[in-house]
Amino acid sequence: MKNASVAALAALGVLASFPVSAGDADLKTLREEIAQMKNAYEQRIGALEKRLVQAESTSTQAKAAADKAATQTARAGEGKANAFNPEIGLNLQGALTRTTRDPATWTMQGFVPPGEPDEIGPPRRRGFTAQETELTVSANVDPNFRGYLNLALTPGNAVELEEAYFQTLGLGAGFTMKGGRFLSGIGYQNEIHPHAWDFADAPLAYTAFVGNKLTTEGMQVKWVAPTETFLELGFEGGRDNSFPGGARNKSGTGIGTAFAHIGGDVGASNTWRAGLSYIATRPGARSYDGVDAAGQATTVSFAGNSRTVVADFVWKWAPSGNATERNFKLQGEYFRRTEDGSLKCAERDTSGACGAAAGITDSYRSAQSGYYLQGVYQFMPHWRAGYRYDRLDSGTPSFGPTLVATDLPQLASWKPTRNTVMLDYATSEFARLRFQFARDTSRGPGLADSQVWLQYVMSLGAHGAHKF
Amino acid sequence: MKRLLLVLLAVFAIPAAAALKVFATVPEWGALAQEIGGDQVQVFTATTALQDPHRIDARPSLIARARSADLLIATGAELEVGWLPPVQRESGNSRIQSGQAGYFEAAQYVAMLDIPARLDRADGDVHAGGNPHIQTDPRNILKVGEALVQRMKQIDPAAAVGYDSRWRAFSERWRASLARWEKAGAPLKGVPVITQHKAWAYLFDWLGMREVGTLEPKPGVEPTVAHLSQVRDQTTRSRPRMVIRATYNSARPAEWLSAEAKLPIVVLPFTVGGTPEAKDLTALFDDTVARLLKPLK
Repeated sequence: MKNASVAALAALGVLASFPVSAGDADLKTLREEIAQMKNAYEQRIGALEKRLVQAESTSTQAKAAADKAATQTARAGEGKANAFNPEIGLNLQGALTRTTRDPATWTMQGFVPPGEPDEIGPPRRRGFTAQETELTVSANVDPNFRGYLNLALTPGNAVELEEAYFQTLGLGAGFTMKGGRFLSGIGYQNEIHPHAWDFADAPLAYTAFVGNKLTTEGMQVKWVAPTETFLELGFEGGRDNSFPGGARNKSGTGIGTAFAHIGGDVGASNTWRAGLSYIATRPGARSYDGVDAAGQATTVSFAGNSRTVVADFVWKWAPSGNATERNFKLQGEYFRRTEDGSLKCAERDTSGACGAAAGITDSYRSAQSGYYLQGVYQFMPHWRAGYRYDRLDSGTPSFGPTLVATDLPQLASWKPTRNTVMLDYATSEFARLRFQFARDTSRGPGLADSQVWLQYVMSLGAHGAHKF
Repeated sequence: MKRLLLVLLAVFAIPAAAALKVFATVPEWGALAQEIGGDQVQVFTATTALQDPHRIDARPSLIARARSADLLIATGAELEVGWLPPVQRESGNSRIQSGQAGYFEAAQYVAMLDIPARLDRADGDVHAGGNPHIQTDPRNILKVGEALVQRMKQIDPAAAVGYDSRWRAFSERWRASLARWEKAGAPLKGVPVITQHKAWAYLFDWLGMREVGTLEPKPGVEPTVAHLSQVRDQTTRSRPRMVIRATYNSARPAEWLSAEAKLPIVVLPFTVGGTPEAKDLTALFDDTVARLLKPLK
């Protein structure tokens, strides 16, 4: 309509600019023509306006109908996040940390370094730091499967595939199967994502024995018994690209786990769960960069059997089972790992450490254990306080005759402990601010570290329900 | 070994078979299934009236019960979104997965109120499907019951005759009770009230009561001092007759306002078991109406 009037005005303008010298008759004809054009345009504009009004009213009707249909569809599809769109969630985590010792020099005395350190273990940087940002996408694939993806965006600007798996929905008879990369079902805290943890960092036992968390890349089968008391059995088999496995090039299973969980309620106020898990793997060449007693750079690699047993227990209390006001959670896990095989120590440069480039290979045997126990009390809405005690025992590894303890100072016996206190404030179930203080002796004798955390955890978008 | 087996049997006592196993997320649907099913069903209720239905853990015991259930009755409208999905998945029970006949969502059979125009968590704990507390209107119990009896017959055709006859008897009694409650509750029409949580939209819609304020600043957000004072200041204009809270709500905010604004507190059962009187569905509404009428006398 606007264009039509502009065109009409332009036409009039062009006509108006005609030479005035034209005769009266010409002028009259012109006037008539202009009048005709004006009429024609006015009619057309009128018609267009009418059509517009009609179109507007139909579109209002259509919109009302569409709104109604949408409401109905929404009603029919209730419980789904957003029609066919998957549920998308984001967890933002960051911290301000203050440590008395440089996080870059962190080691855990007496224990084999658990691979590449990530953001969920002991502090990695001082000052302001963004921790892992988790992006989750999930949806039902079809009536039989559900798919789940969890990407960790690290402060080092890398994207890590934390989890990517499918899960069966309808195998029946208590069976569930998972395939892909997923957090292993061993222990208690392993399957819980860091944003739902009660402390800013993983328990020391998790750091030492499974590198903060055990990820399985393979298959999991779980079975729930048809009993009133909860009993669950699970088995996993997969690739051993997660600590304590490592670098074994082989068809078939590189790491296997088995676990059993049992749980129930005591009255309306108490709930408990206990479990026993077993992790078996055979690293082919699990190596770490070390230094010998003279400070020469070495590479130490292990090949052999690695077996870990995990016992876990959790108890939750809330008055009448109503956790809104006050609740208490007690959680503890015990790890014990035995490894036997061969250890190879070789120089990393031309320093001549550990028998130079050829290296020294010898037999190796170790039995190490550790546990943590933590209690978290919500004493009023929004506020929780917690305490955690960590303790590890590295034991004394036994070597064959050729390797000597001075080649492997990292593995000299030590019993790390850590005391942690925590206070957090949650404005809602989606936002939490946390203060944490820890005194950590895991670096070795006389190397205690004080760590202060101020942390935030924010969850937005579709937020999946938490596991127990 | 034999002794060990006996011990195990004692620990995992397998319940008697035959009856339809119903897993109800909240007490009202458990009670409704019991009314329809009688001795032909075995009902397990996951939560009690003393628990905030928004904040439930996916407890191991719930997974164990869901494992053997033939029918899962949920409210829907995202009331159970915080715990039911993992219970369904972890149970390994194909019958009760969403979309299967063994999964029943009550909110699909009633007209929903408070459907938000926009979805933003800045508005608090909003539910995309509308206010999920549909059981506070007894007319909804009838609508849900009609759909539920059909579903129970579909899953367990062998017991259809029993379900039908019990439902006929129950719905007749219910209609009679409805007339009685509506007559008794007539003085409540237009009465302004303050509530703790927006849990009573359907009750007020039924009795014609008016909600003039809530103690929670936003749905699901705990009352704050600043907001409570604001509510108190508003009472001089809105002149509410009472402040209403559910049994599971904390008593303090309502007590504070009651003392400040000289308002009587009414504690409503909210669901079956919420008060000693609310033993079943009929008693739930008998008690609710009686408690609401008390401050008017």
